[in-house]
Amino acid sequence: MAGHAQIKIGVAQTRPGKEVMKLVIAVIKPFKLDEVRDALTRVGIHGMTVAEVKGYGRQKGHTEIYRGAEYVVNFLPKLRVEVAIASEQLDQVVDALAAAARTGQIGDGKIFVTPIEQALRIRTGETDVDAL
Amino acid sequence: MTRAFLRLALTGVAALAASPVFAQVPSKIDAADTAWMIGATGLVLMMTIPGLALFYAGMVRKKNVLATMAQSLAATFLISILWALVGYSLAFTGDGAFIGTFERLFLNGVTLDAISPLAKTIPESLFMIYQMTFAVITVALVAGSVADRLRFSAFLLFCVFWLLLVYVPIAHWVWGGGFLGSYGTIDFAGGLVVHLNAGIAGLVAAYVLGARRGYGSENLAPYDLTLAVVGTGLLWVGWFGFNGGSALGANSRAAMAIVSTHLAASAGAFTWMALEWWTRGKPSVLGMISGAVAGLGTITPASGFVMPMQGILIGISAGAICFWACTSLKLKMGYDDSLDVFGVHGIGGLTGTFLAGVFAVGALSASPEMPGGVHGLLEGNPQQLLAQLYGIVVTLVWSGAATFIVLKLIGVFMPLRVRHEDEVIGLDVTLHGEAIQ
Repeated sequence: MAGHAQIKIGVAQTRPGKEVMKLVIAVIKPFKLDEVRDALTRVGIHGMTVAEVKGYGRQKGHTEIYRGAEYVVNFLPKLRVEVAIASEQLDQVVDALAAAARTGQIGDGKIFVTPIEQALRIRTGETDVDAL
Repeated sequence: MTRAFLRLALTGVAALAASPVFAQVPSKIDAADTAWMIGATGLVLMMTIPGLALFYAGMVRKKNVLATMAQSLAATFLISILWALVGYSLAFTGDGAFIGTFERLFLNGVTLDAISPLAKTIPESLFMIYQMTFAVITVALVAGSVADRLRFSAFLLFCVFWLLLVYVPIAHWVWGGGFLGSYGTIDFAGGLVVHLNAGIAGLVAAYVLGARRGYGSENLAPYDLTLAVVGTGLLWVGWFGFNGGSALGANSRAAMAIVSTHLAASAGAFTWMALEWWTRGKPSVLGMISGAVAGLGTITPASGFVMPMQGILIGISAGAICFWACTSLKLKMGYDDSLDVFGVHGIGGLTGTFLAGVFAVGALSASPEMPGGVHGLLEGNPQQLLAQLYGIVVTLVWSGAATFIVLKLIGVFMPLRVRHEDEVIGLDVTLHGEAIQ
């Protein structure tokens, strides 16, 4: 988690005063998706984007054996969950997400937070927090 | 009877038929035998398409799935035509020690009422197409050792030359009246002709072409083992026609062969799974299907000569020996046989041919021509082991040497192997212009 403080710093504010939204990006274990979704729903988050991704951190992967041929698989399947929220929801969302995704085992994943400059709901034309 | 004898006279065995020493069975088409053999022919064809196509394709990487299936398909259509044009005649006519005759070239003489002296109760057309499906799967099997790198055009040429120079002679020697069958070597459904033959050819091909790019360093894990499991199921069921059909009739020997076959497959799967669980910590699905196919390939020469309990023993031997060949011997020898054609079929065919000589029960192969049947070592006939070893050595030497020559010959006209960059991109796109999305 050491990295995400750095992400917050140094983001150019092209529109000062408009930084009212955050993008929370969580990389989680795939089987934790339902718990994460429920936890986010409980704190009032009603939309998210999920992608199947592969990666590794401290969890170095596993070994697969096919008729004696051993392959170390470094890139493990994970899910990347993206949630766009109003800034004041940030602590609540991060806490809920971390609690739901945590197993205590290596490979639980990471949460990154970045500012969102602009948001637009394509159907209605609503902008920023109204569009979330 | 008179007509039957006339027919025998035409096929040149009248002397044998008339001899009181050999109570020759007259040739007469039997409806039950014919019905079973038509079914068995369908089962064996199903083993190649889609059985082997799925089994093999499931074990390669995603970029080579279609190219691998293309080899099974091409073997099916190309070998079938060649078999009808010339292969059948050279393998299954005449009584030459080394090769058949041109008597049935272009199926000349395979008329509605023609009957082969080698299968006296079914139409010769049926015997011809039944044997055709064996030639098809043998050639398709070989290709597995060089999957992921053999050029398709080179494979087509390989089909032509390998069928005529390797498969046809060996089939003739063992089944068509040639010197191995005469010597007394037994091979019920193709331990020598199909499995050892394909296995050795695969091994030689793997050496001639060299290892896959990234062998030993990159992840070459199978794309989708579910395909391989489905393929194994089709092979397993198809094998009832392969071994059961080799009785060439709807009879007790066919039924017994099917029972031994099924039990050997089961024992092979169980043994491989257990050994893998014990030595590697997990019972893999690939291990279970590999053991099943090893059991099937190994029982092949013995089925029809052994009883069901011996089928289980043969299956256990198959699971253990082929597991060792694929996981240990292969690494020590350093060849890259992509889909373990040698480790499963070659070693299995060899083991089964040998064990047939150990376990053969005379009662199963008793016939009017040979009232006692073939006895194995355990029935006090150590000579049979000698006959089996003779067959193994001959098949090893001929298949190995001739396959080497065929590949080198093709190599004069075109590269055997795809270009480096094509191998990296994948054979589906570069050879066939298609890809799995």
